[in-house]
Amino acid sequence: MTTVASRKNFKVLSDNGALAGLLVLVVALSLLAPSFLTTQNLLNVGVQAAVVAVLAFGSTFVIVSGGIDLSVGSVAALSAMVGAWSSAEAGLPGPVALLLGLATGVVAGLVNGALVSYGKLPAFIATLAMLSVARGLTLVVSQGSPTTTPDVVTSLGSNLTPYLPVPLLVMLVFFGVTGFVLSRTYSGRAMYAIGGNEEAARLSGIDVRRQKLVVYALSGLFAAVAGMLLAGRLSSAGPQAAVGYELDAIAAVVIGGASLSGGVGRATGTLVGALVLAVLRNGLNQLQVSPFWQQVVIGAVIALAVLLDTLRRRTR
Amino acid sequence: MLLEARDIGKSFTGVRALDGVDFDVRPGEVHVLLGENGAGKSTLVKVLAGVHQPDTGTVERHGSLAVIHQELTLVPQLSVAENLFLGRPPRRFGIVDKARMRQDAKALLDRVGLDVDPTTPVRNLGIAGQQMVEIARALSLNAQLLVLDEPTAVLTDTETDRLLAIMSELRAQGVGLVFITHHLDEIRRVADRITVLRDGRSVGTLPGTATVEHMIELMVGRTIDEQYPRRRTALGEVLFKVEGLTRRGAFHDVSFHVRAGEVVGVAGLVGAGRTEVVRAAFGVDPYDSGTVEVAGRKVPAHDVQAAVRAGLGLVPEDRKGQGLVLTSTVGDNLGLVTLKSSTKAGLVDRAAQRSSAAEMAKSLRVKTSGLGQQVRELSGGNQQKVVIGKWLLADPRVLVLDEPTRGVDVGAKVEIYELVNRMTAAGRAVVLVSSDLPEVIGMSDRVVVMAHGRVAGELPAGTTQDKVMALAVQEFPA
Repeated sequence: MTTVASRKNFKVLSDNGALAGLLVLVVALSLLAPSFLTTQNLLNVGVQAAVVAVLAFGSTFVIVSGGIDLSVGSVAALSAMVGAWSSAEAGLPGPVALLLGLATGVVAGLVNGALVSYGKLPAFIATLAMLSVARGLTLVVSQGSPTTTPDVVTSLGSNLTPYLPVPLLVMLVFFGVTGFVLSRTYSGRAMYAIGGNEEAARLSGIDVRRQKLVVYALSGLFAAVAGMLLAGRLSSAGPQAAVGYELDAIAAVVIGGASLSGGVGRATGTLVGALVLAVLRNGLNQLQVSPFWQQVVIGAVIALAVLLDTLRRRTR
Repeated sequence: MLLEARDIGKSFTGVRALDGVDFDVRPGEVHVLLGENGAGKSTLVKVLAGVHQPDTGTVERHGSLAVIHQELTLVPQLSVAENLFLGRPPRRFGIVDKARMRQDAKALLDRVGLDVDPTTPVRNLGIAGQQMVEIARALSLNAQLLVLDEPTAVLTDTETDRLLAIMSELRAQGVGLVFITHHLDEIRRVADRITVLRDGRSVGTLPGTATVEHMIELMVGRTIDEQYPRRRTALGEVLFKVEGLTRRGAFHDVSFHVRAGEVVGVAGLVGAGRTEVVRAAFGVDPYDSGTVEVAGRKVPAHDVQAAVRAGLGLVPEDRKGQGLVLTSTVGDNLGLVTLKSSTKAGLVDRAAQRSSAAEMAKSLRVKTSGLGQQVRELSGGNQQKVVIGKWLLADPRVLVLDEPTRGVDVGAKVEIYELVNRMTAAGRAVVLVSSDLPEVIGMSDRVVVMAHGRVAGELPAGTTQDKVMALAVQEFPA
């Protein structure tokens, strides 16, 4: 019995290189940094992972369907800023402001989707344009200064109980939603088909254009949620919030085993990928590695993770 | 002997791909390697070429070997000469000597009988010309052994004739050739010896004069009573009607109809516009004028989903490019067309999808380890069954099959023909587009022949290849 169980565990690990890597990291850091393996620190890691994880869940849809979304960092900032501005400057009730912020993300996503599917722009170009436009609009709305978030947004950054930070909860909820969408819904199944072979999907009667709208709209919505989480933690929406986060999101998805050429990717992989990045940052801080070197290490880990994954597939 | 392989065995993750295979090539002979998809031909070629190490046995090579694959490895933007000397251009003082490169290229091209200017970009050549360039490149590397892996699958009849002639020429020059093809008639024209593989074993070596029946029997391990087992059914109402379909520059005033229970073949030369017409009728591409009707109701133009809803299905000619999602599993591919109908309120009934896919895989006898297997791991014939299967699950009233048996072995071919019979027996209509004349004549109840984007004429069942060809080469006044 135990051999069967251990063999099965081994298979889970060998099928998911990122998970094995995460465990290695956790064990190594537990040994090197005594303060790493404490409840409080692990909860911190979860909170730190949450923003990138939620962004990355949205990016998982995009990458599985064969696209790329470079605008998520800017869209996160814009959504949070619209939410904060609606409450602080326009005087709208907090929940309405929150919804307006989320709607902003969806609209930005729909614009991306329309440019890609109806405008036939390459996703890279369309979302690169949105990266700039959304960041610019954030600056326009905020006049360049941080804006206080309404209470409902701030509560997203707080703790429900001492051992249950809200960001962690939100991350787990969106993890579940992502897994569900990918495996159980029409849109999710269509994403795999479109990413794997867009022409075959189209010739099988799948409405590729409409599904791409859905994909980018979801990515925009998830970006908005991530933006709210980030703003909630700081109690304020900043004009320069989440700069460069789109690259962390893509890295998390790719570390999780997704293929940038589409058709492959899973919610669990992305979660693990986001945790790898968060554990690494946290651990390097604990070890007092300079932030300059941290960037070097993280880049190397991204390359290594994907390299190992490629090798593993090739030897199969 | 140029090449001598003895007792070759090779396994992949426990699956035995080759088992005790002997194979040799003499100078100046064409040795055909014959077998169904998945019989082990490609693995053997890889062992011969040194790509794979055999688990057992030995390979002795006296001379260099080059493999010409079906997928070509040329750089389309570069010229013929540059491709021929890719990575090793003739140089003078470290600078590429273009004049000499052109000269050398011309000599090589003469050897394979390709009459083109060496400065032509390769992308301007047809697929046949590109193959010749590949062969010439192999010869320039002094290859004494050439392995041609299904080169004729992508060639027209005249192009095939030329390739076979060049093979004979190379044989006369003392080159040893290994030739892989699914076209048994070609084998009879060039083969000196034929080695048949089945399930990773060599089941016999025949002389080049062997009969087609004998080859098939060795290949599939049983006799196939009929190569084209068409069973006619009583015809019903007109299910599919294409009327005056026109797209400028592609096809003009194309009309035909298919009744319930009928198979209508569409024959013609490559470039006659057959694929273009069926793609337009299915809504993949637009058209300028004309109508498409299914069971008396007009199908909107350029709208695949509307065509699917109306009861049309299309198995495209390019299996990997347009038929399959290669990154997905057998089960997911089978469920692709029915994804929409098994969705309620956005949620897919995955259990129902799995059970119907399992049933279909079983009834089509898809050789797979399970629905979770990656579809790219299947052999060509089984992949094609998956593409057809995803449409059968949707139960279309009209199914258009575009080159359904290209690259498919004999055994799987007959199974695909039986599927056609099953469709018509159930009162469905089938359009069979095929460049394989015996197939299109043998399996159709009527044959529509296209030439230069027009319908050149219609022939009854049991017509002859000569009559089809006579229509196919017809010229139209401009």
